[in-house]
Amino acid sequence: MEPLRTHQGIVCPLNLTNVDTDQIIPKQFLKRIERTGFGQFLFYHWRFDDNGKPRPNFPLNDSKYKNASILVAGKNFGCGSSREHAPWAVQDFGFKVIIAPSYADIFKNNCVKNGILAIQVSEEQVQAIMKKAESEKYTLTVNLEEQIVFDHEGFEIKFEIAPYSKQMLLNGWDEISVTLGNEEKIKQYELTQN
Amino acid sequence: MQTPKTIIQKIWEQHVVHQEEGKPDLLYIDLHLVHEVTSPQAFEGLRMTMRKVRRPDLTFATMDHNVPTRQRLVINDPISKKQIDTLQQNCQEFGVTLADIHHPDNGIVHVIGPELGLTQPGKTIVCGDSHTSTHGAFGALAFGIGTSEVEHVLATQTLWQAPPKTLNVKINGMLGTGVTAKDLILAIIGKFGVQFGTGYVMEYTGEAIRALSMEERMTVCNMSIEAGARAGLITPDETTFEYLRGRRHVPQGEAFDKAVAKWRALATDEGAAYDAVVEIDAAEVEPQVTWGTNPGMCIPITAAVPNPAEKEKPNERDEISRALSYMGLEAGQLISSVKIDHVFIGSCTNSRLSDLRKAAAVVRGRKVSPTVQAIVVPGSYSVKLSAEKEGLDQVFKEAGFEWREAGCSMCLGMNDDIVPAGERCASTSNRNFEGRQGNGARTHLVSPEMAAAAAVAGHFVDVRQFTAQEVG
Ligand code: SF4
Repeated sequence: MEPLRTHQGIVCPLNLTNVDTDQIIPKQFLKRIERTGFGQFLFYHWRFDDNGKPRPNFPLNDSKYKNASILVAGKNFGCGSSREHAPWAVQDFGFKVIIAPSYADIFKNNCVKNGILAIQVSEEQVQAIMKKAESEKYTLTVNLEEQIVFDHEGFEIKFEIAPYSKQMLLNGWDEISVTLGNEEKIKQYELTQN
Repeated sequence: MQTPKTIIQKIWEQHVVHQEEGKPDLLYIDLHLVHEVTSPQAFEGLRMTMRKVRRPDLTFATMDHNVPTRQRLVINDPISKKQIDTLQQNCQEFGVTLADIHHPDNGIVHVIGPELGLTQPGKTIVCGDSHTSTHGAFGALAFGIGTSEVEHVLATQTLWQAPPKTLNVKINGMLGTGVTAKDLILAIIGKFGVQFGTGYVMEYTGEAIRALSMEERMTVCNMSIEAGARAGLITPDETTFEYLRGRRHVPQGEAFDKAVAKWRALATDEGAAYDAVVEIDAAEVEPQVTWGTNPGMCIPITAAVPNPAEKEKPNERDEISRALSYMGLEAGQLISSVKIDHVFIGSCTNSRLSDLRKAAAVVRGRKVSPTVQAIVVPGSYSVKLSAEKEGLDQVFKEAGFEWREAGCSMCLGMNDDIVPAGERCASTSNRNFEGRQGNGARTHLVSPEMAAAAAVAGHFVDVRQFTAQEVG
């Protein structure tokens, strides 16, 4: 996993609440057995009409948000199915950071495991960013070490993140290797169970 | 005296392998269920790092999402077929037991776990599937995980998990006649929203819960994730032990009695504190129908679809308007006036033998409306066989239902069972998200009884009146 320390990018607004993982990546695209190549299917039915033509009103199709790498969305983002194909699609499309008032638990975990920073801030703060991004091409910078998000006009917010998730992201750790460092403890636990 | 503990805390403490400041706990996993959709990348990860499955004996695989329900062994979609073949190869290579597509143990992962007695009180159970919460019905701590975590469990039999907050979902009093476990869980989500369980493990308590059968408890726990909770559980009791007695993977004879004693001790202690409590009166719950595009958008069968104009907050208005437009419904329309095109009885929420019995009781001697296409998809091969032994397949077929092979089927339409765009389905599954049953499909979640009644009537009806009227 690639470490993530700071990131600067264009913000794409998705002003919807309870966006579920069935919307993020519809089921017909879950059949691949690889981890890659899901970006083309991100928000498929919102992005494309039944003939496969881009829907002009959907933000991801707006030239203003071309190459956007920060996605801002409404509360309870990523609810529903546990499919990790959802963060894979988000990442493969080019997003590195998500900003929302809240996330579904499994989705949030899945993000950390893939090096995506899912930032949680208040509803008001999200709406402030959303407004900016809806009206103009808007760039934000994220500093994970400092736990801040800011723009060049003096807007700055602080965010909270679990210390472990922060370390995982900053270092790009392979979690399984970390765990296998505790293998003796796992063995001991197993012995006490028999 | 020791501080009283909840069952959630007790199971947690029994499974902590390692604790360290600034880190989540390293939790041991007793049972890892695997299916074909969320596992290929995990096995591939093991292969690339030359790792093994640490405990194949605690890992159990099945295939359910892609399997066809007309002719089991004929998989037309080459990509579906590849996913199925891949699981077969992976299980063989890594020594994992697999309930293969033609194996009598095959079925939906959350149906066969309990059936085989793999699911037991006090266990930590995971699966790359959010409805793993189903297994909580037995007093297990069971939750869905992503594919990276699947790989982690395969390699280490553990997971890093922050201790969850606990939420008591207290159900006071008893459910009314004709009101089901499905109605109860829908009403709970309708009342408190699709997010109230986020960050929590829920414990369902109260008289109405105690009165539920194991299969009904599974229906309730299954939909915990629809309230945002990764896990929801119920303290085990006699009902649980009786269900488990004699099942294949459950200890037998004296060992069973010992196990029961251990399981009994898991019960939440008198006076144990939860981080939060919500309460609902069972008596006020009526048969539910969802009208919108998430499970919290539900109303009693006697009610009308909400009118966005009556809401104060603009974002609430937008959310309702958007859902109504997707669902093709008018604000203020009576839900009982809504005509349906399809009925799906199945899914890990409501495809067990008792679900089929209850639906069959409603349709017995009646006919499916000519404008409705109705299918029954048993949750497992074993459910299918038992139902056929009782002649339930005949009851359904005579009424005009199609009787299918087991699998996830129309719950998410990864196989050929899809609701066409713009058409409307009364479904006993758990998600009414946009496009869940097919691109543009309109899903209404209901109980098996309500689905059966709707199949006959051609629109939603109050099953309580429906049965009283026709029989009386
Ligand atoms: S029946 Fe539906 S919800 Fe259950 S495991 Fe299958 S696809 Fe998931």
